[in-house]
Amino acid sequence: MTPNLTYVIVIGVLVAAGVTLLLERSLTRVLMGVILLGNGANLLLLIGGRAGGAPIVGTTSQEEMSDPLPQAMILTAIVITLGMTAFLLALAYRSWHLNGHDEVQDDVEDRRIMTLAERDEGPDGEDTGDDDDDDMTAEGERLAASATPGRSG
Amino acid sequence: MTHLVPLPVVMPLLGAALTLLLLGRPRAQRWVSLTVLTATVAVAAMLLVRSSLDGPLVVEVGGWAAPMGIVLVADQLAALMLVVSAAVTLCVLVYSIGQGMADGDEETPLSVYHPTYLVLTAGVCNAFLSGDLFNLYVGFEILLVASYVLLTLGSTETRIRAGTTYVVVSLLSSVIFVVAIGLVYAATGTLNLAQLVDRLDALPDDIRLVLQGMLLLAFGIKAAVFPLSAWLPDSYPTAPAPVTAVFAGLLTKVGVYAIIRTETLLFPGGRTSTLLLVTAVLTMVVGILGAVAQSDIKRLLSFTLISHIGYMLFGVGLTSSLGLSAAIFYVVHHITIQTTLFLAAGLVERRGGSTALDRLGGLARLSPLLAVLFFVPALNLAGIPPFSGFLGKLGLVQAGINDGGLLAWILVAGGLVTSLLTLYAIARVWNVAFWRAPHPEMPRVDDTDRAARTDGAVEPGRGVATAQNSAATMPRLMIASTAALVALGLVLTVAAGPLFELSTDAADDLLRRTPYVEAVFPKGTP
Repeated sequence: MTPNLTYVIVIGVLVAAGVTLLLERSLTRVLMGVILLGNGANLLLLIGGRAGGAPIVGTTSQEEMSDPLPQAMILTAIVITLGMTAFLLALAYRSWHLNGHDEVQDDVEDRRIMTLAERDEGPDGEDTGDDDDDDMTAEGERLAASATPGRSG
Repeated sequence: MTHLVPLPVVMPLLGAALTLLLLGRPRAQRWVSLTVLTATVAVAAMLLVRSSLDGPLVVEVGGWAAPMGIVLVADQLAALMLVVSAAVTLCVLVYSIGQGMADGDEETPLSVYHPTYLVLTAGVCNAFLSGDLFNLYVGFEILLVASYVLLTLGSTETRIRAGTTYVVVSLLSSVIFVVAIGLVYAATGTLNLAQLVDRLDALPDDIRLVLQGMLLLAFGIKAAVFPLSAWLPDSYPTAPAPVTAVFAGLLTKVGVYAIIRTETLLFPGGRTSTLLLVTAVLTMVVGILGAVAQSDIKRLLSFTLISHIGYMLFGVGLTSSLGLSAAIFYVVHHITIQTTLFLAAGLVERRGGSTALDRLGGLARLSPLLAVLFFVPALNLAGIPPFSGFLGKLGLVQAGINDGGLLAWILVAGGLVTSLLTLYAIARVWNVAFWRAPHPEMPRVDDTDRAARTDGAVEPGRGVATAQNSAATMPRLMIASTAALVALGLVLTVAAGPLFELSTDAADDLLRRTPYVEAVFPKGTP
């Protein structure tokens, strides 16, 4: 079976656009990315089966039938994507409600290390028995240096 | 007996519908959830007995014959996982009920909690029982969607932040899984696992490798294997204690189960075993180094969770019967122990007011009971003899030595170092939180007394006596369920012999592949 070239290109474009959007900071764009990726994956499922007429006994002869299984799977996948879209939208709305924006924020650990690096001091281990201050600070500076451009974008 | 097979999926789903109808009636919801999960444990136990006596039990859903319809298969591995996960979910449910009753149900939206929790259980059971790749995907989605809701319960700022990462990463892994399914179907024309066995064997090697790689990637994200594990310690610790506990116990193990199933049934021969072994040692060592650097108990435990996933991959990667059976034994041990530790951490949070190590101290004197509940599973996790953690690691080390390759020896060394570092990380928690003098900011005894009086609805007239009672801020149900899980961990230790025999049987069946295929297609594969 050779897949239709148009499908392949469309899948490529959908996935590429989806991944680009997925790498954005704003959750709404991430959501768009997820939707595009999902559609790309659905199309890929579709070209896995034979194309043809409606797979209903009596209307189409068996040799000309399309493969109904990928279509059934796509239906399931679409329903799941629909639910997830609603959930992500709710997350984005809640995030906007709480923070005034819907940006995906940094990891707690990253933020802690970044603030420490900004103040140019290692973690104050107090009584926790941390004795690796030097390593943590060096790591923090490296992280902060690499993370700053991303934050402004 | 086969009519029992769908029940672990159907009962929780029906229970979820029923608890949804009972919105606003928490007492009725509790009883429904408890009944359903108890019944699930019973059914799972029966399935385990029948499947080890008679071989895999198969049900064709809706009566459609195997390659057309979807099959549910309860072989020994699936049944064993079902029993352990059902028992663990039941204990965690009791714990959360205890917490909900003590806190007053207004604080957490419990009305949503019960249906979602049951849906999560249904998803986990469906993933274990599934004999069809797409149905496995559906099982994953059921449990993931439920986990999104549970993780963002109450939608506070931290949970929304952590939930966002978790949801997006999980969605990505699901997309990869769907793409893998699409490719498998395009290459073979079927998704029935038993039918895939022959058809995948007939494919050219390079195509098989692509399919195997895609599936491994998708399951690797879910199982939190090292380079794909960064999402876990960021998201899990923010959730409520029982939710974190059940996630830690079950969700990653479903990923590990899927890896075991696909690596043995669909792609035998160990073509990726080098890859698995390398990621196993990285997961173990990098994970535990992360744990050593943490100063919060929940985050520390999340890192040990990642680290110990490495042990299971170690066993799978060896592809020997002993390695596989030790890996299965380790999965069972780890589900129980990791959940117990997170529940104990939840109790620490109640008693000490925090899980940050620099705000805790003196818990061993303030609450000896809590100290025991933490200490036993902690030693078990670190692999101190005679606990099941030691036995599981012993099996893996033996399998590694039997293998004899250089990589296997590196893994043996990595495994031992990880075990030692786990002990170090756990001992640090113990020294700081339990042994040193109490921290001045910790809740004092009079707070305890007050909390006990609000608890008084359950047990009137107990408030006066609780000034010295260490368990005062910890509701009895929470303690009882944690103790039950600690006891389950000890049972695994005592019954390690029969359990190891069982896991060896399961591993042999997995490696032979024919029992599974013949159970699904008694008249030969179409």
